[in-house]
Amino acid sequence: MSATQPVTGTQQPAATGQFRHQGVALALMAAFFLLGPLVLYPVFLMKVMCFALFACAFNLLIGYGGLLSFGHAMFLGTAGYASAHAAKVWGLTPELAILFGTASAALLGVVTGLLAIRRQGIYFAMITLALAQMIFFFYLQAEFTGGEDGIQAVPRGHLFGLVDLSNVWAMYAVVLVVFFGGFLLIYRTIHSPFGQVLKAIRENEPRAISLGYDTTRYKLIAYVLSGTLAGLAGATKALVFQLASLTDVHWTMSGEVVLMTLVGGLGTVFGPVVGALIIISMQNYLAQLGAWVTVVQGAIFVLCVLLFRRGIVGEIARLLRRPL
Amino acid sequence: MAVLRKMTAAVALALVAGGAQAQISGNVIKIGVMNDMSGLYADIGGPGSVIAARMAVEDFGAAKKGMKVEVLAADHQNKPDVGSTLARQWYDVDGVDVIVDVPTSSVALAVSQVTRDKGKAMLNTGAASSDLTGKACSPNTIHWLYDTWMLANGTGNAVVKTGGDSWFFLTSDYAFGHALERDTAEVVKKAGGKVLGAVRHPLNTQDFSSFLLQAQASKAKVIGLANAGGDTINSIKQAAEFGIVQGGQSLAGLLVFLTDVHGLGLKTAQGLVLTESWYWDLNDSSRAWAKRFAAQHGGKYPSMDHAGVYSAVLHYLKAVEAGKTDDGTKVVAKMKSMPTDDPLFGKGTIREDGRKLHPVYLFEVKKPSESKGPYDYYKVRATIPAEQAFRPLKDGGCPLVK
Amino acid sequence: MTEIFGIPTVALFGQLLIGLINGSFYALLSLGLAVIFGLLNIINFTHGAQYMLGAFCAYLLLNKLGLGYWWALLIAPIVVGITGVIIERTMLKPLYKLDHLYGLLLTFGLALIIQGIFRNEYGSSGMPYPVPAELAGGKNLGFMFLPVYRGWVIVASLIVCLGTWYVIERTKLGSYLRAATENPQLVQAFGINVPRMITLTYGFGVALAAFAGVMAGPIYQVSPQMGADLIIVVFAVVVIGGMGSIMGSIVTGFGLGVIEGLTKVFYPEASNTVIFIIMAIVLLIKPAGLFGTQK
Repeated sequence: MSATQPVTGTQQPAATGQFRHQGVALALMAAFFLLGPLVLYPVFLMKVMCFALFACAFNLLIGYGGLLSFGHAMFLGTAGYASAHAAKVWGLTPELAILFGTASAALLGVVTGLLAIRRQGIYFAMITLALAQMIFFFYLQAEFTGGEDGIQAVPRGHLFGLVDLSNVWAMYAVVLVVFFGGFLLIYRTIHSPFGQVLKAIRENEPRAISLGYDTTRYKLIAYVLSGTLAGLAGATKALVFQLASLTDVHWTMSGEVVLMTLVGGLGTVFGPVVGALIIISMQNYLAQLGAWVTVVQGAIFVLCVLLFRRGIVGEIARLLRRPL
Repeated sequence: MAVLRKMTAAVALALVAGGAQAQISGNVIKIGVMNDMSGLYADIGGPGSVIAARMAVEDFGAAKKGMKVEVLAADHQNKPDVGSTLARQWYDVDGVDVIVDVPTSSVALAVSQVTRDKGKAMLNTGAASSDLTGKACSPNTIHWLYDTWMLANGTGNAVVKTGGDSWFFLTSDYAFGHALERDTAEVVKKAGGKVLGAVRHPLNTQDFSSFLLQAQASKAKVIGLANAGGDTINSIKQAAEFGIVQGGQSLAGLLVFLTDVHGLGLKTAQGLVLTESWYWDLNDSSRAWAKRFAAQHGGKYPSMDHAGVYSAVLHYLKAVEAGKTDDGTKVVAKMKSMPTDDPLFGKGTIREDGRKLHPVYLFEVKKPSESKGPYDYYKVRATIPAEQAFRPLKDGGCPLVK
Repeated sequence: MTEIFGIPTVALFGQLLIGLINGSFYALLSLGLAVIFGLLNIINFTHGAQYMLGAFCAYLLLNKLGLGYWWALLIAPIVVGITGVIIERTMLKPLYKLDHLYGLLLTFGLALIIQGIFRNEYGSSGMPYPVPAELAGGKNLGFMFLPVYRGWVIVASLIVCLGTWYVIERTKLGSYLRAATENPQLVQAFGINVPRMITLTYGFGVALAAFAGVMAGPIYQVSPQMGADLIIVVFAVVVIGGMGSIMGSIVTGFGLGVIEGLTKVFYPEASNTVIFIIMAIVLLIKPAGLFGTQK
């Protein structure tokens, strides 16, 4: 894979004051999500945050690990079903339901990771796609998922047994905490020694091996972490919408998260968030146009791949000559 | 003193009247038509339902009465997550007061839940699952047109009486199919028949060959098609291809609409026995309405779903006018307290579990030679009166019924 | 009524037949994918949409121009093949110097566009396409009922698959193709127009997909979504068979179709997932695929 240009955008080397730009961006993002619900529909913003977390988790794997997973929907959906089932059938409180959902996604990550990590590049993408499809068909048949009906009327419950989450502001606060928690965890991971090794593996795996790193283990950890956080997003989303359905495990969902990350900027920190905001907004406001949304998404894919590979945040980062 | 009292009374009256006016949220009554606009159920409801709703608003004379009424429309793509998100947004952001149609039982159940949570109203004409007035009943939902129990009792009973006493089901794998299979199986067993098995197929299946083979292998006398729309059309066509009817088994279409028969053509569909709540050629007022509808719908005649939307919206507007409010729970209660009367369904009532009652008809599809023109497809085999057509109130398991 | 393992033979052979038919489509489609991947190293996600385009071409030829099935078998692959050539020249070429994943993403986007446009025009349920009169009807063979058209599908795909294999593995043109896969620069130095060969190969792979689409019309209805879920199964078939192997994709395609059909008889719940389960097993034992060579 090293003979051709790697998938991620070329990040500028760290210079002094790099963190200042990222700090500004973080502050902007926080302001947007804290003040946004005063102006925009809170449920819409909660959806954006869940998908932003999903995209950030996906980006961890492709942008920093160099592995394109085309089956990430399986984590979103598995955690969604698990959390919905826990909240509705077992009556767990929301924080436990979300934890359970996330844990299920982590387990799935370990199992599928062991199978998929053996290959790279295109093969890895195809394998994740096929595994995700297998999981889709399993959920289609399984009793507990309700098939086409999905798990409906999922109770939001009382957080810690105290705070009633059917109040939209309480729910919003929870989603806010989950999103920023997940985002900061990813940020920390990227800038940690682990993250550096990942980047090294992405750039030149044989060299990393020769330096003594067990690249398979690093890649697996990155994969599981990515899947777990995607699961966190899915588990939370199931409670926000009080519904877990097949749409979350369908391969088109895997394609959407790729699109969000591509539009925002592969391998950038804030790119996936911007990408999620753009794509979800587009879906919302173009919903009346029906199937044209798919066409527009496809067109954006094509344009991004041909002309706009760095994505929005990637281009901004290039202009500022600072990693974002 | 008397003058002051009169003036106070007058002012008070004016305030109350003004206050009552203000109880119509946003001063506009917004009706949302949500259904499948482009998929396998699009001909049954689709854009036609929007036309029917608009016709009802017009015929009600909203403009002359000084009521502002708007009709919105959207496609739920037969997906519960799309439907429930759309419903939520319509209620929270767009100020929609009532959602009508909503075929596809899985979506209907989800939207019913959201409607209940937000205290709005849903008039469901399109979905079939009898659970909507059973264990999933709600004070905010009225199930207007038909349901799986009525279909099972109508068509199921009729087929068993003519000798079809062993059944195999080809079931659409979601809430509707399961409910229809369950209700029909009960009818078959009660009439002394046997259910030999069932196979579930995904919604919107294109190729039924493998399922039909299983049905063939079961050697059941009747293959019950617990599916609808495009799925039913495909099952019937492909059964012909595999020589199933020649092999001696018969097909029972448990939910068939006029538009499905149109899609199949009389040559393939002739002899099919089905149960519907309405047909354009039943009486003069229905005929007149159908012609008006067809003129706006590219010459295509209305299905019973379209008629249901018209009837439901009309009664809704009457209830809003009478109760002077568009608060969902209150309007639904008002609708249940007023008997229904419209040019299409005639007189009817709405029960406390949300079930609307009206007579139902057993039709048989005409032979090509018997039909005088397009959409002249049915002959009436029997009329089932309202009291017998629907599940008894006590059997539904609805928590609202004491 | 004879029975094997407790299943009446009518059901067993009927499902086997359906399995072989599905297998024919798997084989045709994975063949096209394998040919394209072998030479261009691009996973053509658009393959499913191009299969759909072939079926729609046949539908439109019949309904707008009155040209029947046999014309469609000839014209549709050519028309769709030409669109493939245009796609390759304009959009895929700039991506060769980049990571192969971009090709996957581009073709994915193209698939969305094509499927979306058709869904807008035609809705998402199927359009009927009649079985051609010459192939209509069926024969009751005693142990099963064989619709003639479905028998034709199996025979035609076998011929096309084996024909393609022969051209690639046994003719001079095929040897140029295989050489160009291994070392394009060297082959070009010998004076062979490699870019043109690549373009034509892509066009041929796409034409194969369209051919499969025309054959699918009478069986599966013509619908905008017909290729979308099928393509992922075909990916699994290609992974099992070995990514660049021609014979691998043919054998695996038919074989997996039969296995799927048998699963429907004995254990129907697993029929959708059995191919993916096999893929997982093959990946554990022989990651390069059954017939593939480690690249």
